[in-house]
Amino acid sequence: MKRFIPLIVLALLAVLPFLGLSSYVMHLFILVVMWSVSGMAWNLLGGYCGQVSFGHAAFFGLGAYCAGLVSFHLGLSPWWGFLVSVPFVAVTALIMGLIVLRLRGPYFVLATLALGEIMRITAENLTTLTQGNLGIMIQRTWVEKTAYYYIILALAALTFAAIKVLAESRWGYYFVAIREDQDAAESLGINTTLYKTIALAVSAVFTGFSGAFYMNYMGYIDPQVVFSLGDISILTIMVVMVGGVATYWGPIVGAVIMVLLAEVIRSLPYIGTAYQTLFGVLLIVIIIYLPNGLVGDREKLARLFGKKGAAA
Amino acid sequence: MALLEVDKISMFFGGLAALSNISYGVEKGEILALIGPNGAGKTTLFNVVNGFYKPSRGEVRFNGRRISGLKPHQICALGVARTFQVVKPLQRMSVLDNVIASAFLRAKTKAGAERRAMAILEFTGLTEDKDVLSKGLPLGKRKRLEIARALATEPELILLDESFAGLNPAELDVSIEIIKEIKKKGITIMIIEHHMKVIMSISDRIVVLNYGQKIAEGSPVEISANPLVVEAYLGEAEGA
Ligand SMILES: Nc1ncnc2c1ncn2[C@@H]1O[C@H](COP(=O)(O)OP(=O)(O)OP(=O)(O)O)[C@@H](O)[C@H]1O
Ligand SMILES: [Mg+2]
Repeated sequence: MKRFIPLIVLALLAVLPFLGLSSYVMHLFILVVMWSVSGMAWNLLGGYCGQVSFGHAAFFGLGAYCAGLVSFHLGLSPWWGFLVSVPFVAVTALIMGLIVLRLRGPYFVLATLALGEIMRITAENLTTLTQGNLGIMIQRTWVEKTAYYYIILALAALTFAAIKVLAESRWGYYFVAIREDQDAAESLGINTTLYKTIALAVSAVFTGFSGAFYMNYMGYIDPQVVFSLGDISILTIMVVMVGGVATYWGPIVGAVIMVLLAEVIRSLPYIGTAYQTLFGVLLIVIIIYLPNGLVGDREKLARLFGKKGAAA
Repeated sequence: MALLEVDKISMFFGGLAALSNISYGVEKGEILALIGPNGAGKTTLFNVVNGFYKPSRGEVRFNGRRISGLKPHQICALGVARTFQVVKPLQRMSVLDNVIASAFLRAKTKAGAERRAMAILEFTGLTEDKDVLSKGLPLGKRKRLEIARALATEPELILLDESFAGLNPAELDVSIEIIKEIKKKGITIMIIEHHMKVIMSISDRIVVLNYGQKIAEGSPVEISANPLVVEAYLGEAEGA
Protein backbone atom coordinates (compact mmCIF):
# COMPACT_ATOMS: atom_id res chain seq x y z
CA MET A 1 0.00 0.00 0.00
CA LYS A 2 2.72 2.43 1.05
CA ARG A 3 4.37 1.93 -2.32
CA PHE A 4 1.38 3.48 -4.05
CA ILE A 5 1.24 6.69 -2.04
CA PRO A 6 3.36 8.64 -4.55
CA LEU A 7 1.08 7.50 -7.38
CA ILE A 8 -2.04 8.41 -5.44
CA VAL A 9 -0.68 11.85 -4.64
CA LEU A 10 0.28 12.31 -8.27
CA ALA A 11 -3.18 11.29 -9.44
CA LEU A 12 -4.84 13.71 -7.02
CA LEU A 13 -2.60 16.53 -8.16
CA ALA A 14 -3.31 15.65 -11.79
CA VAL A 15 -7.06 16.25 -11.43
CA LEU A 16 -6.54 19.60 -9.73
CA PRO A 17 -6.96 21.74 -12.89
CA PHE A 18 -10.42 20.26 -13.37
CA LEU A 19 -11.64 21.78 -10.12
CA GLY A 20 -12.03 25.22 -11.65
CA LEU A 21 -9.56 26.85 -9.29
CA SER A 22 -8.72 30.50 -9.77
CA SER A 23 -5.67 31.49 -11.73
CA TYR A 24 -4.06 32.74 -8.52
CA VAL A 25 -4.52 29.42 -6.74
CA MET A 26 -3.10 27.58 -9.74
CA HIS A 27 -0.14 29.95 -9.64
CA LEU A 28 0.49 28.98 -6.02
CA PHE A 29 0.31 25.29 -6.89
CA ILE A 30 2.78 25.80 -9.70
CA LEU A 31 5.19 27.55 -7.34
CA VAL A 32 4.79 24.82 -4.74
CA VAL A 33 5.60 22.10 -7.25
CA MET A 34 8.51 24.07 -8.67
CA TRP A 35 9.99 24.56 -5.21
CA SER A 36 9.49 20.87 -4.52
CA VAL A 37 11.72 20.14 -7.50
CA SER A 38 14.40 22.55 -6.25
CA GLY A 39 14.12 21.13 -2.76
CA MET A 40 14.31 17.49 -3.87
CA ALA A 41 17.34 18.30 -5.99
CA TRP A 42 19.12 20.11 -3.15
CA ASN A 43 18.20 17.28 -0.78
CA LEU A 44 20.18 14.78 -2.81
CA LEU A 45 23.42 16.67 -2.18
CA GLY A 46 22.63 18.39 1.11
CA GLY A 47 20.38 15.83 2.74
CA TYR A 48 21.61 12.44 1.58
CA CYS A 49 25.24 13.24 0.85
CA GLY A 50 25.54 15.79 3.66
CA GLN A 51 27.18 18.53 1.59
CA VAL A 52 25.23 21.64 2.56
CA SER A 53 25.30 24.03 -0.38
CA PHE A 54 24.43 27.71 -0.02
CA GLY A 55 25.01 28.25 -3.70
CA HIS A 56 22.29 26.36 -5.53
CA ALA A 57 21.06 29.61 -7.04
CA ALA A 58 24.05 29.19 -9.35
CA PHE A 59 22.37 26.20 -10.99
CA PHE A 60 18.84 27.57 -10.78
CA GLY A 61 19.95 30.80 -12.43
CA LEU A 62 22.01 29.02 -15.03
CA GLY A 63 19.05 26.85 -15.99
CA ALA A 64 16.86 29.93 -16.20
CA TYR A 65 19.38 31.77 -18.36
CA CYS A 66 19.81 28.77 -20.66
CA ALA A 67 16.07 28.88 -21.35
CA GLY A 68 16.02 32.66 -21.63
CA LEU A 69 19.04 32.99 -23.88
CA VAL A 70 18.16 30.28 -26.41
CA SER A 71 14.97 32.19 -26.95
CA PHE A 72 16.40 35.71 -26.74
CA HIS A 73 19.52 35.21 -28.87
CA LEU A 74 18.71 32.18 -31.01
CA GLY A 75 14.99 32.60 -31.40
CA LEU A 76 14.39 29.00 -30.31
CA SER A 77 11.55 27.94 -28.07
CA PRO A 78 12.59 28.58 -24.45
CA TRP A 79 11.59 25.00 -23.69
CA TRP A 80 14.84 23.94 -25.36
CA GLY A 81 16.40 25.46 -22.28
CA PHE A 82 15.82 22.19 -20.43
CA LEU A 83 18.04 20.29 -22.83
CA VAL A 84 20.60 23.05 -23.26
CA SER A 85 20.91 23.51 -19.50
CA VAL A 86 22.13 19.94 -18.92
CA PRO A 87 25.67 20.34 -20.31
CA PHE A 88 26.05 23.89 -19.00
CA VAL A 89 24.85 23.09 -15.50
CA ALA A 90 26.72 19.79 -15.33
CA VAL A 91 30.02 21.35 -16.42
CA THR A 92 29.57 24.23 -13.99
CA ALA A 93 28.86 21.72 -11.24
CA LEU A 94 31.97 19.74 -12.11
CA ILE A 95 34.15 22.85 -12.02
CA MET A 96 32.53 23.93 -8.77
CA GLY A 97 33.07 20.42 -7.45
CA LEU A 98 36.77 20.58 -8.15
CA ILE A 99 36.98 23.73 -6.06
CA VAL A 100 34.55 23.10 -3.21
CA LEU A 101 34.34 19.34 -2.70
CA ARG A 102 37.80 19.10 -1.21
CA LEU A 103 36.62 21.41 1.55
CA ARG A 104 34.68 20.21 4.56
CA GLY A 105 32.07 21.62 6.88
CA PRO A 106 31.88 25.41 7.15
CA TYR A 107 34.55 25.89 4.47
CA PHE A 108 32.42 24.00 1.99
CA VAL A 109 29.39 26.10 2.92
CA LEU A 110 31.26 29.38 2.46
CA ALA A 111 32.79 28.28 -0.83
CA THR A 112 29.39 27.36 -2.30
CA LEU A 113 27.97 30.65 -1.08
CA ALA A 114 30.78 32.54 -2.78
CA LEU A 115 30.34 30.63 -6.03
CA GLY A 116 26.64 31.41 -6.10
CA GLU A 117 27.45 35.09 -5.71
CA ILE A 118 30.14 34.90 -8.38
CA MET A 119 27.54 33.57 -10.81
CA ARG A 120 25.22 36.46 -10.02
CA ILE A 121 27.92 39.08 -10.44
CA THR A 122 29.05 37.46 -13.68
CA ALA A 123 25.52 37.52 -15.05
CA GLU A 124 25.19 41.16 -14.04
CA ASN A 125 28.37 42.11 -15.89
CA LEU A 126 28.26 39.92 -18.99
CA THR A 127 25.87 42.43 -20.49
CA THR A 128 26.40 41.46 -24.14
CA LEU A 129 25.12 38.01 -23.33
CA THR A 130 22.68 38.60 -20.48
CA GLN A 131 21.74 42.30 -20.71
CA GLY A 132 22.89 42.52 -17.09
CA ASN A 133 20.39 43.93 -14.67
CA LEU A 134 18.01 44.84 -17.48
CA GLY A 135 17.13 41.19 -17.47
CA ILE A 136 15.76 38.90 -20.14
CA MET A 137 12.17 39.05 -21.26
CA ILE A 138 10.68 36.35 -23.46
CA GLN A 139 7.34 35.58 -25.02
CA ARG A 140 5.51 33.10 -22.81
CA THR A 141 4.10 30.07 -24.59
CA TRP A 142 0.69 30.11 -22.92
CA VAL A 143 -1.35 32.67 -21.04
CA GLU A 144 -3.29 29.98 -19.26
CA LYS A 145 -1.75 28.13 -16.29
CA THR A 146 -2.84 24.53 -16.91
CA ALA A 147 -0.08 23.51 -19.32
CA TYR A 148 2.61 24.97 -17.05
CA TYR A 149 1.13 23.11 -14.16
CA TYR A 150 1.28 19.75 -15.94
CA ILE A 151 4.82 20.36 -17.13
CA ILE A 152 6.16 21.16 -13.68
CA LEU A 153 4.14 18.30 -12.19
CA ALA A 154 5.71 15.89 -14.68
CA LEU A 155 9.16 17.26 -13.83
CA ALA A 156 8.46 16.83 -10.11
CA ALA A 157 7.30 13.25 -10.64
CA LEU A 158 10.45 12.51 -12.61
CA THR A 159 12.64 14.10 -9.94
CA PHE A 160 10.88 12.23 -7.14
CA ALA A 161 11.27 8.90 -8.93
CA ALA A 162 14.89 9.54 -9.90
CA ILE A 163 15.87 10.43 -6.35
CA LYS A 164 14.02 7.49 -4.86
CA VAL A 165 15.75 5.08 -7.24
CA LEU A 166 19.12 6.71 -6.56
CA ALA A 167 18.72 6.80 -2.80
CA GLU A 168 17.96 3.09 -2.64
CA SER A 169 20.83 2.09 -4.90
CA ARG A 170 24.54 1.67 -4.35
CA TRP A 171 24.96 5.41 -4.92
CA GLY A 172 22.44 6.21 -2.21
CA TYR A 173 24.31 4.07 0.30
CA TYR A 174 27.55 5.75 -0.67
CA PHE A 175 26.04 9.24 -0.38
CA VAL A 176 24.74 8.57 3.12
CA ALA A 177 27.98 6.88 4.15
CA ILE A 178 29.88 10.01 3.06
CA ARG A 179 27.48 12.18 5.03
CA GLU A 180 27.87 10.10 8.17
CA ASP A 181 31.65 9.80 8.12
CA GLN A 182 33.80 10.70 5.19
CA ASP A 183 36.96 9.06 6.55
CA ALA A 184 35.16 5.82 7.33
CA ALA A 185 33.55 5.85 3.89
CA GLU A 186 36.87 6.42 2.17
CA SER A 187 38.58 3.64 4.12
CA LEU A 188 35.74 1.26 3.23
CA GLY A 189 36.53 1.58 -0.43
CA ILE A 190 34.21 4.43 -1.36
CA ASN A 191 35.73 6.98 -3.70
CA THR A 192 34.35 9.92 -1.75
CA THR A 193 35.48 12.59 -4.20
CA LEU A 194 33.85 10.80 -7.12
CA TYR A 195 30.54 10.18 -5.37
CA LYS A 196 30.31 13.69 -3.96
CA THR A 197 30.86 14.96 -7.48
CA ILE A 198 28.10 12.72 -8.79
CA ALA A 199 25.71 13.91 -6.10
CA LEU A 200 26.57 17.53 -6.87
CA ALA A 201 26.13 17.10 -10.62
CA VAL A 202 22.78 15.30 -10.39
CA SER A 203 21.53 17.78 -7.80
CA ALA A 204 22.65 20.68 -9.98
CA VAL A 205 21.03 19.38 -13.16
CA PHE A 206 17.62 18.99 -11.51
CA THR A 207 17.96 22.43 -9.93
CA GLY A 208 18.74 23.77 -13.41
CA PHE A 209 15.50 22.22 -14.71
CA SER A 210 13.62 24.07 -12.02
CA GLY A 211 15.28 27.30 -13.17
CA ALA A 212 14.57 26.60 -16.84
CA PHE A 213 10.93 26.11 -15.92
CA TYR A 214 10.93 29.37 -13.98
CA MET A 215 12.05 31.31 -17.06
CA ASN A 216 9.40 29.69 -19.21
CA TYR A 217 6.70 30.29 -16.66
CA MET A 218 7.55 33.82 -15.52
CA GLY A 219 8.68 35.19 -18.88
CA TYR A 220 11.18 37.52 -17.20
CA ILE A 221 14.40 37.01 -15.25
CA ASP A 222 17.27 39.12 -14.06
CA PRO A 223 20.44 38.18 -12.14
CA GLN A 224 19.14 39.56 -8.82
CA VAL A 225 16.13 37.28 -9.02
CA VAL A 226 17.40 33.94 -10.28
CA PHE A 227 20.86 34.06 -8.72
CA SER A 228 19.53 35.43 -5.43
CA LEU A 229 21.22 34.19 -2.28
CA GLY A 230 18.18 34.84 -0.11
CA ASP A 231 15.29 34.14 -2.46
CA ILE A 232 16.78 31.10 -4.18
CA SER A 233 19.75 29.50 -2.40
CA ILE A 234 18.53 29.99 1.15
CA LEU A 235 14.87 29.45 0.36
CA THR A 236 15.79 26.11 -1.23
CA ILE A 237 17.56 25.10 1.97
CA MET A 238 14.59 26.23 4.05
CA VAL A 239 12.19 24.17 1.94
CA VAL A 240 14.22 21.08 2.79
CA MET A 241 14.96 21.93 6.42
CA VAL A 242 11.34 22.74 7.23
CA GLY A 243 10.03 19.68 5.43
CA GLY A 244 12.66 17.19 6.45
CA VAL A 245 16.24 16.59 5.41
CA ALA A 246 16.98 13.29 3.67
CA THR A 247 13.33 12.27 3.42
CA TYR A 248 11.37 11.70 0.22
CA TRP A 249 8.43 13.87 1.20
CA GLY A 250 10.22 16.56 3.17
CA PRO A 251 10.96 18.89 0.26
CA ILE A 252 7.36 18.65 -0.91
CA VAL A 253 5.89 19.40 2.50
CA GLY A 254 8.47 22.15 2.93
CA ALA A 255 7.58 23.69 -0.43
CA VAL A 256 3.89 23.83 0.50
CA ILE A 257 4.66 25.56 3.75
CA MET A 258 7.25 27.99 2.47
CA VAL A 259 5.24 29.10 -0.56
CA LEU A 260 2.08 29.62 1.47
CA LEU A 261 3.97 31.32 4.27
CA ALA A 262 5.70 33.64 1.84
CA GLU A 263 2.35 34.59 0.34
CA VAL A 264 0.72 35.18 3.70
CA ILE A 265 3.57 37.10 5.25
CA ARG A 266 4.20 39.26 2.22
CA SER A 267 0.57 40.30 2.12
CA LEU A 268 0.59 41.45 5.74
CA PRO A 269 0.67 45.20 6.33
CA TYR A 270 3.87 46.72 7.82
CA ILE A 271 5.75 43.47 8.49
CA GLY A 272 5.31 42.12 4.97
CA THR A 273 8.62 43.51 3.77
CA ALA A 274 10.39 41.78 6.65
CA TYR A 275 9.47 38.30 5.42
CA GLN A 276 13.09 37.22 5.18
CA THR A 277 13.60 38.10 8.83
CA LEU A 278 10.56 36.05 9.74
CA PHE A 279 11.87 33.15 7.63
CA GLY A 280 15.10 33.39 9.55
CA VAL A 281 13.28 33.16 12.85
CA LEU A 282 11.26 30.21 11.56
CA LEU A 283 14.43 28.44 10.52
CA ILE A 284 15.92 28.87 13.99
CA VAL A 285 12.78 27.51 15.62
CA ILE A 286 12.77 24.51 13.27
CA ILE A 287 16.44 23.75 13.84
CA ILE A 288 15.98 23.84 17.61
CA TYR A 289 12.68 22.00 17.97
CA LEU A 290 12.31 19.90 14.81
CA PRO A 291 15.85 19.36 13.55
CA ASN A 292 14.63 16.63 11.20
CA GLY A 293 11.83 18.79 9.79
CA LEU A 294 8.10 18.19 9.77
CA VAL A 295 8.42 14.87 7.97
CA GLY A 296 11.51 13.63 9.80
CA ASP A 297 10.10 14.53 13.21
CA ARG A 298 6.49 13.59 12.53
CA GLU A 299 6.36 11.22 15.49
CA LYS A 300 7.54 13.99 17.76
CA LEU A 301 4.88 16.26 16.25
CA ALA A 302 2.18 13.65 16.74
CA ARG A 303 3.14 13.39 20.40
CA LEU A 304 3.02 17.17 20.79
CA PHE A 305 -0.44 17.36 19.31
CA GLY A 306 -2.08 15.04 21.76
CA LYS A 307 -2.04 11.67 20.07
CA LYS A 308 -0.53 10.52 23.35
CA GLY A 309 -3.28 8.08 24.24
CA ALA A 310 -3.35 6.45 20.85
CA ALA A 311 0.40 6.23 20.51
CA ALA A 312 1.09 4.77 23.95
CA MET B 1 57.99 -11.85 -0.34
CA ALA B 2 55.75 -10.81 2.53
CA LEU B 3 52.13 -9.90 1.83
CA LEU B 4 52.67 -6.43 3.28
CA GLU B 5 56.10 -4.82 3.31
CA VAL B 6 56.69 -1.74 5.39
CA ASP B 7 59.94 -0.39 4.00
CA LYS B 8 61.94 2.30 5.86
CA ILE B 9 58.84 4.31 6.70
CA SER B 10 59.23 7.68 8.40
CA MET B 11 56.41 10.05 9.20
CA PHE B 12 56.99 13.57 10.49
CA PHE B 13 54.40 15.95 11.89
CA GLY B 14 56.21 19.25 11.92
CA GLY B 15 59.26 18.51 14.03
CA LEU B 16 57.80 15.38 15.60
CA ALA B 17 58.99 12.07 14.19
CA ALA B 18 55.92 9.92 14.78
CA LEU B 19 57.62 7.08 12.88
CA SER B 20 61.33 6.76 12.16
CA ASN B 21 62.66 4.35 9.61
CA ILE B 22 60.30 1.46 10.33
CA SER B 23 60.72 -1.75 8.34
CA TYR B 24 59.03 -5.12 8.74
CA GLY B 25 56.87 -7.53 6.81
CA VAL B 26 53.51 -9.19 7.44
CA GLU B 27 53.41 -12.75 6.12
CA LYS B 28 50.37 -14.19 4.44
CA GLY B 29 48.02 -15.88 6.89
CA GLU B 30 49.64 -14.72 10.12
CA ILE B 31 48.46 -12.54 12.97
CA LEU B 32 51.01 -9.81 13.54
CA ALA B 33 50.58 -7.66 16.62
CA LEU B 34 51.80 -4.11 16.80
CA ILE B 35 52.39 -3.04 20.38
CA GLY B 36 53.93 -0.12 22.19
CA PRO B 37 53.11 2.53 24.76
CA ASN B 38 50.64 5.35 24.13
CA GLY B 39 51.84 7.71 21.45
CA ALA B 40 54.34 5.18 20.08
CA GLY B 41 53.06 5.69 16.53
CA LYS B 42 50.93 2.57 16.04
CA THR B 43 47.81 4.28 14.73
CA THR B 44 49.99 6.56 12.62
CA LEU B 45 51.47 3.47 10.99
CA PHE B 46 47.97 2.18 10.20
CA ASN B 47 47.14 5.56 8.68
CA VAL B 48 50.22 5.30 6.49
CA VAL B 49 49.44 1.73 5.41
CA ASN B 50 45.80 2.49 4.65
CA GLY B 51 46.60 5.67 2.75
CA PHE B 52 45.31 8.41 5.04
CA TYR B 53 48.86 9.70 5.40
CA LYS B 54 51.49 9.80 2.72
CA PRO B 55 54.73 8.75 4.43
CA SER B 56 57.47 11.39 4.63
CA ARG B 57 59.97 8.71 3.63
CA GLY B 58 59.92 5.08 2.58
CA GLU B 59 57.18 3.06 0.97
CA VAL B 60 54.62 0.40 1.70
CA ARG B 61 54.12 -2.53 -0.66
CA PHE B 62 51.17 -4.88 -0.78
CA ASN B 63 51.51 -8.05 -2.83
CA GLY B 64 54.71 -6.56 -4.18
CA ARG B 65 52.99 -3.45 -5.43
CA ARG B 66 53.72 0.00 -4.06
CA ILE B 67 50.59 1.32 -2.34
CA SER B 68 51.86 4.41 -0.53
CA GLY B 69 50.61 7.38 -2.47
CA LEU B 70 47.32 5.73 -3.36
CA LYS B 71 44.04 6.94 -1.87
CA PRO B 72 42.48 4.95 1.00
CA HIS B 73 39.60 3.76 -1.18
CA GLN B 74 42.04 2.42 -3.75
CA ILE B 75 44.05 0.61 -1.08
CA CYS B 76 40.84 -0.86 0.29
CA ALA B 77 39.87 -2.03 -3.18
CA LEU B 78 43.25 -3.78 -3.45
CA GLY B 79 42.39 -5.78 -0.32
CA VAL B 80 43.47 -3.86 2.78
CA ALA B 81 40.66 -3.03 5.22
CA ARG B 82 40.91 -1.33 8.60
CA THR B 83 39.02 -0.53 11.75
CA PHE B 84 39.32 2.66 13.77
CA GLN B 85 40.55 2.97 17.33
CA VAL B 86 38.01 5.74 17.86
CA VAL B 87 35.08 3.94 16.27
CA LYS B 88 33.47 5.62 13.27
CA PRO B 89 30.09 3.99 12.73
CA LEU B 90 27.80 5.51 10.11
CA GLN B 91 25.61 6.72 12.95
CA ARG B 92 22.24 7.33 11.35
CA MET B 93 22.36 4.12 9.36
CA SER B 94 21.21 0.79 10.69
CA VAL B 95 23.82 -1.81 11.56
CA LEU B 96 22.80 -3.78 8.47
CA ASP B 97 23.04 -0.73 6.20
CA ASN B 98 26.50 0.03 7.59
CA VAL B 99 27.68 -3.36 6.46
CA ILE B 100 25.79 -3.23 3.14
CA ALA B 101 27.54 0.06 2.31
CA SER B 102 30.87 -1.77 2.60
CA ALA B 103 29.71 -4.94 0.92
CA PHE B 104 28.86 -2.96 -2.21
CA LEU B 105 32.60 -2.76 -2.90
CA ARG B 106 32.57 -6.35 -4.16
CA ALA B 107 28.87 -7.03 -4.73
CA LYS B 108 27.32 -6.36 -8.11
CA THR B 109 23.74 -5.99 -6.92
CA LYS B 110 21.98 -4.71 -3.86
CA ALA B 111 20.61 -8.17 -3.15
CA GLY B 112 24.13 -9.54 -3.32
CA ALA B 113 25.43 -6.87 -0.96
CA GLU B 114 22.61 -7.55 1.47
CA ARG B 115 23.21 -11.30 1.43
CA ARG B 116 26.89 -10.80 2.10
CA ALA B 117 26.15 -8.31 4.87
CA MET B 118 23.73 -10.68 6.58
CA ALA B 119 26.31 -13.45 6.53
CA ILE B 120 28.89 -11.15 8.10
CA LEU B 121 26.49 -9.97 10.79
CA GLU B 122 25.90 -13.61 11.63
CA PHE B 123 29.65 -14.20 11.75
CA THR B 124 30.24 -11.26 14.09
CA GLY B 125 27.20 -11.97 16.25
CA LEU B 126 25.34 -8.80 15.33
CA THR B 127 22.34 -10.34 13.57
CA GLU B 128 19.84 -9.41 16.24
CA ASP B 129 21.03 -5.78 16.13
CA LYS B 130 20.72 -5.46 12.38
CA ASP B 131 17.90 -2.89 12.46
CA VAL B 132 19.34 -0.78 15.27
CA LEU B 133 20.73 2.61 14.28
CA SER B 134 24.43 2.23 14.85
CA LYS B 135 24.62 5.31 17.06
CA GLY B 136 22.48 3.40 19.54
CA LEU B 137 24.89 0.48 19.87
CA PRO B 138 26.91 -0.07 23.05
CA LEU B 139 30.67 0.28 22.66
CA GLY B 140 31.42 -3.44 22.59
CA LYS B 141 29.12 -3.97 19.64
CA ARG B 142 30.37 -0.86 17.87
CA LYS B 143 33.85 -2.31 17.99
CA ARG B 144 32.48 -5.48 16.43
CA LEU B 145 30.62 -3.46 13.81
CA GLU B 146 33.96 -1.94 12.84
CA ILE B 147 35.26 -5.45 12.24
CA ALA B 148 32.11 -6.47 10.37
CA ARG B 149 32.34 -3.49 8.03
CA ALA B 150 35.98 -4.15 7.31
CA LEU B 151 35.25 -7.82 6.59
CA ALA B 152 32.46 -6.86 4.20
CA THR B 153 35.03 -5.38 1.84
CA GLU B 154 36.51 -8.91 1.56
CA PRO B 155 40.05 -7.97 2.50
CA GLU B 156 43.17 -10.03 2.14
CA LEU B 157 44.70 -8.08 5.03
CA ILE B 158 42.74 -6.55 7.88
CA LEU B 159 44.14 -3.89 10.21
CA LEU B 160 42.50 -3.92 13.64
CA ASP B 161 43.17 -0.87 15.82
CA GLU B 162 42.46 -1.72 19.46
CA SER B 163 39.36 -3.74 18.76
CA PHE B 164 39.45 -5.03 22.33
CA ALA B 165 39.82 -1.78 24.25
CA GLY B 166 36.95 -1.12 26.63
CA LEU B 167 35.35 -4.57 26.29
CA ASN B 168 34.08 -6.48 29.30
CA PRO B 169 35.45 -10.02 29.83
CA ALA B 170 32.51 -11.72 28.10
CA GLU B 171 32.77 -9.44 25.07
CA LEU B 172 36.50 -9.98 25.04
CA ASP B 173 36.04 -13.75 24.65
CA VAL B 174 33.56 -13.25 21.82
CA SER B 175 35.97 -10.94 19.99
CA ILE B 176 38.95 -13.24 20.45
CA GLU B 177 36.91 -16.06 18.92
CA ILE B 178 36.02 -13.82 15.98
CA ILE B 179 39.66 -12.93 15.37
CA LYS B 180 40.60 -16.61 15.38
CA GLU B 181 37.79 -17.36 12.92
CA ILE B 182 38.97 -14.56 10.64
CA LYS B 183 42.41 -16.11 10.61
CA LYS B 184 40.90 -19.48 9.75
CA LYS B 185 39.29 -17.90 6.70
CA GLY B 186 42.82 -17.21 5.46
CA ILE B 187 42.70 -13.47 6.09
CA THR B 188 45.96 -11.94 7.28
CA ILE B 189 45.67 -9.78 10.38
CA MET B 190 47.71 -6.90 11.72
CA ILE B 191 46.42 -5.92 15.14
CA ILE B 192 47.19 -3.09 17.56
CA GLU B 193 46.46 -4.09 21.10
CA HIS B 194 47.33 -3.09 24.66
CA HIS B 195 45.79 -6.16 26.25
CA MET B 196 48.89 -8.31 26.87
CA LYS B 197 47.04 -11.53 27.60
CA VAL B 198 45.15 -11.26 24.34
CA ILE B 199 48.27 -10.43 22.37
CA MET B 200 50.30 -13.28 23.77
CA SER B 201 47.53 -15.79 23.13
CA ILE B 202 46.58 -14.93 19.55
CA SER B 203 49.58 -13.43 17.76
CA ASP B 204 52.12 -15.31 15.70
CA ARG B 205 54.62 -12.46 15.74
CA ILE B 206 54.93 -9.13 17.46
CA VAL B 207 56.49 -5.81 16.41
CA VAL B 208 57.18 -3.34 19.21
CA LEU B 209 57.25 0.41 18.66
CA ASN B 210 58.45 3.02 21.10
CA TYR B 211 58.67 6.75 20.34
CA GLY B 212 58.26 6.02 16.65
CA GLN B 213 61.11 3.48 16.55
CA LYS B 214 60.91 -0.26 16.10
CA ILE B 215 62.62 -1.63 19.19
CA ALA B 216 61.89 -5.33 18.77
CA GLU B 217 60.35 -7.97 16.54
CA GLY B 218 59.78 -11.64 17.26
CA SER B 219 57.55 -14.39 18.59
CA PRO B 220 55.49 -13.77 21.73
CA VAL B 221 57.98 -15.78 23.77
CA GLU B 222 60.93 -13.80 22.43
CA ILE B 223 59.20 -10.50 22.98
CA SER B 224 58.19 -11.17 26.56
CA ALA B 225 61.80 -12.05 27.32
CA ASN B 226 63.28 -9.02 25.58
CA PRO B 227 64.68 -6.62 28.20
CA LEU B 228 64.16 -3.54 25.98
CA VAL B 229 60.50 -4.34 25.62
CA VAL B 230 60.06 -5.11 29.27
CA GLU B 231 61.56 -1.76 30.11
CA ALA B 232 59.63 0.26 27.55
CA TYR B 233 56.31 -1.39 27.81
CA LEU B 234 55.66 -4.50 29.82
CA GLY B 235 57.26 -3.10 32.94
CA GLU B 236 55.16 -0.02 32.65
CA ALA B 237 52.01 -2.08 32.11
CA GLU B 238 52.71 -4.27 35.11
CA GLY B 239 53.45 -1.26 37.22
CA ALA B 240 50.19 0.37 36.23
N1 LIG C 1 47.70 14.16 12.47
C1 LIG C 1 48.67 14.34 13.41
N2 LIG C 1 49.26 15.55 13.55
C2 LIG C 1 50.22 15.76 14.48
N3 LIG C 1 50.65 14.82 15.32
C3 LIG C 1 50.10 13.59 15.23
C4 LIG C 1 49.09 13.29 14.28
N4 LIG C 1 48.72 11.98 14.42
C5 LIG C 1 49.47 11.50 15.42
N5 LIG C 1 50.30 12.45 15.91
C6 LIG C 1 51.30 12.27 16.98
O1 LIG C 1 52.07 11.16 16.65
C7 LIG C 1 52.39 10.38 17.79
C8 LIG C 1 51.93 8.97 17.60
O2 LIG C 1 50.51 8.92 17.71
P1 LIG C 1 49.66 7.60 17.43
O3 LIG C 1 48.24 7.95 17.48
O4 LIG C 1 50.17 6.93 16.23
O5 LIG C 1 50.03 6.74 18.72
P2 LIG C 1 49.52 5.31 19.14
O6 LIG C 1 50.71 4.43 19.22
O7 LIG C 1 48.41 4.85 18.28
O8 LIG C 1 49.00 5.59 20.61
P3 LIG C 1 47.72 5.02 21.41
O9 LIG C 1 48.17 3.73 22.03
O10 LIG C 1 47.49 6.06 22.45
O11 LIG C 1 46.61 4.87 20.46
C9 LIG C 1 51.74 11.08 18.96
O12 LIG C 1 52.71 11.91 19.59
C10 LIG C 1 50.67 11.92 18.32
O13 LIG C 1 50.41 13.06 19.09
MG1 LIG D 1 46.42 4.48 18.51
